[in-house]
Amino acid sequence: MTAQTLTADAVLKRPTTPVQRLQRTLHAHPWISPAVVLVAAYVVFSLLNERFAQPGIQSLLIQQTAVVAALAIGQTLIILTAGIDLSVGAIAILAMMVSAKAAAENGLSGPAALALGLVVGAGAGLLNGVLVTRLSLPPFIVTLGTLSMFTALTLIYTRGTSIQGSVLPDLLNWTGNSFAVGEFRITVGVLLVLGLYAGVGYALSQTAWGQHVYAVGDDPEAARLSGVSARRVLLSVYVVAGVIYAVAAWVLIGRAGAASPNALSDANLASITAVVIGGTSLFGGRGTLIGTLLGALIVQSFTLGLGLARVDEHYRLLAVGALVILAVAADQWIRKARA
Amino acid sequence: MTMLSTPTEAGHMEKKNPRQIDRTGTPVLEAKGLVKTFGHVVGLAGVDLELYAGEVLAVIGDNGAGKSTLIQCLTGALVPDQGELRLDGRPVAFKRPQDAREAGIETVYQSLAVIPALDIATNLFLAREVRRRGPLGTVFRMLDKKGMRRRAETAVRELGVQTIQNMGQAVETLSGGQRQAVAVARAAAFGSRVVVLDEPTAALGVKESGQVLGTIERLRDAGLAVILISHNMPHVWQVADRIHVQRLGRGAGVLDPRMHTMPEGVTVMTGAATIDELAGVRADA
Repeated sequence: MTAQTLTADAVLKRPTTPVQRLQRTLHAHPWISPAVVLVAAYVVFSLLNERFAQPGIQSLLIQQTAVVAALAIGQTLIILTAGIDLSVGAIAILAMMVSAKAAAENGLSGPAALALGLVVGAGAGLLNGVLVTRLSLPPFIVTLGTLSMFTALTLIYTRGTSIQGSVLPDLLNWTGNSFAVGEFRITVGVLLVLGLYAGVGYALSQTAWGQHVYAVGDDPEAARLSGVSARRVLLSVYVVAGVIYAVAAWVLIGRAGAASPNALSDANLASITAVVIGGTSLFGGRGTLIGTLLGALIVQSFTLGLGLARVDEHYRLLAVGALVILAVAADQWIRKARA
Repeated sequence: MTMLSTPTEAGHMEKKNPRQIDRTGTPVLEAKGLVKTFGHVVGLAGVDLELYAGEVLAVIGDNGAGKSTLIQCLTGALVPDQGELRLDGRPVAFKRPQDAREAGIETVYQSLAVIPALDIATNLFLAREVRRRGPLGTVFRMLDKKGMRRRAETAVRELGVQTIQNMGQAVETLSGGQRQAVAVARAAAFGSRVVVLDEPTAALGVKESGQVLGTIERLRDAGLAVILISHNMPHVWQVADRIHVQRLGRGAGVLDPRMHTMPEGVTVMTGAATIDELAGVRADA
């Protein structure tokens, strides 16, 4: 009865329901949901097995997360532009093998080999970017193609053989060096990845380039009419992502103690999973880098936590898969929010 | 001028103060023989246009007459196939919207061209961001978000819009009218020579429309040249100094709102009579 007598004004001024308020808060702060999931995972896994919270296990978790977390930075940038990168692992491995082989077989110094790896990463990213911007091909198709091409190039170049860390210059192994922080063990690689997060996070939130990345991802035509060169922004994103993948490869050498052409075969799905669980929208223009870091930590804590709880590996896969679908469903729901 | 006078009957809308505009000098913006085709579809079939400082030139025409194509060619959103564009008498060729903006031509597009996920201040300053002073800005390229928000607030206040409070609010949280206000505020704040508005009152209520028309007059009084594309004849007759009629991809002539009535405008717009024929009818009577 009262509902019929409500004027439009009263409808507008109707108090919001708690669910609506939650929806709006999550809309404004997309990193909250992954943070809640991560905290919940830590509580549950610590209860299942008290060893989970121990510094030794936590140090391991952080080191295991580092490489995927680094790759996921580049993946986040590309997904923010409403793209996707399936060639992320292939670029990292190509950069890693070129740099390792140049050092081990052609006698390149550490810094030169590292620089060569970064250039290869940038070049591979540039190729993706040019195909996306100049030929206007969908990023999914471009990176599906370059995934095979870069993988094939790596295998042809290395004939499928690994290079042990012992024959590599110290600089390439440096990311594996660890030091104690209280009871935790932190590697140089972990610090490097955290530095990447800080740097790229700053660029995204505090510089014009970052705002343009969001603008191009959200509405490319409006961005163009506003004076943003969508092409240039996209190209820069793919190149920066390529360089980040090469840095991730460097971290991987330190972590694995070798450069192996067969590593990171599922890095594309792992990095996309981290980005999506981290609350970044696959439709572009929405998301934060801190969410991606939380997403990568969530996936790894599921792996370790369920392992410690003696749950079969297959159930972990089941859980992570369900989490991805849940995250995308949550994103769809949150995007409908209007403040 | 914020109250909208709504003429209820067709007829002359006498201007209170007929303004004299100097059209003897060089036009601010001049287009000659603009042609734009899309495959086999002819958007513009050779259009001339002259725009002088301190005047409001309205562009009217039926759907598909080439209004939007014309202004997109003037503002760099489209590159014409043929024709000449002159700014202050100098030939210019805009390849991108950015080129026109840098030349002092601001546009409020019908689509508004705002980014929903970004906040109001960021939208206002998109692609011309202000950085912090000192090494934070020059070395670390840090944005002056506070400063941009302050200036955005001034720009929105100048429009007379009271409902938008927080410049850090995402544009997607605004109503249609508020979004339009953001787009108009951006053009008004940055336009230095020409401001082009494509259907700026289409989504607005009476009060907000009045505010936009007031802004148009304010820009004109400040010496800018304004192009207004609108379907709303009362709005056109209220603020326009001259009315360019676009028909089937061609310019069908320029009307004087003090001389011609709205029904006469519609007659020319639909091709029922040419401007010369209107003059002939007058001479006979």
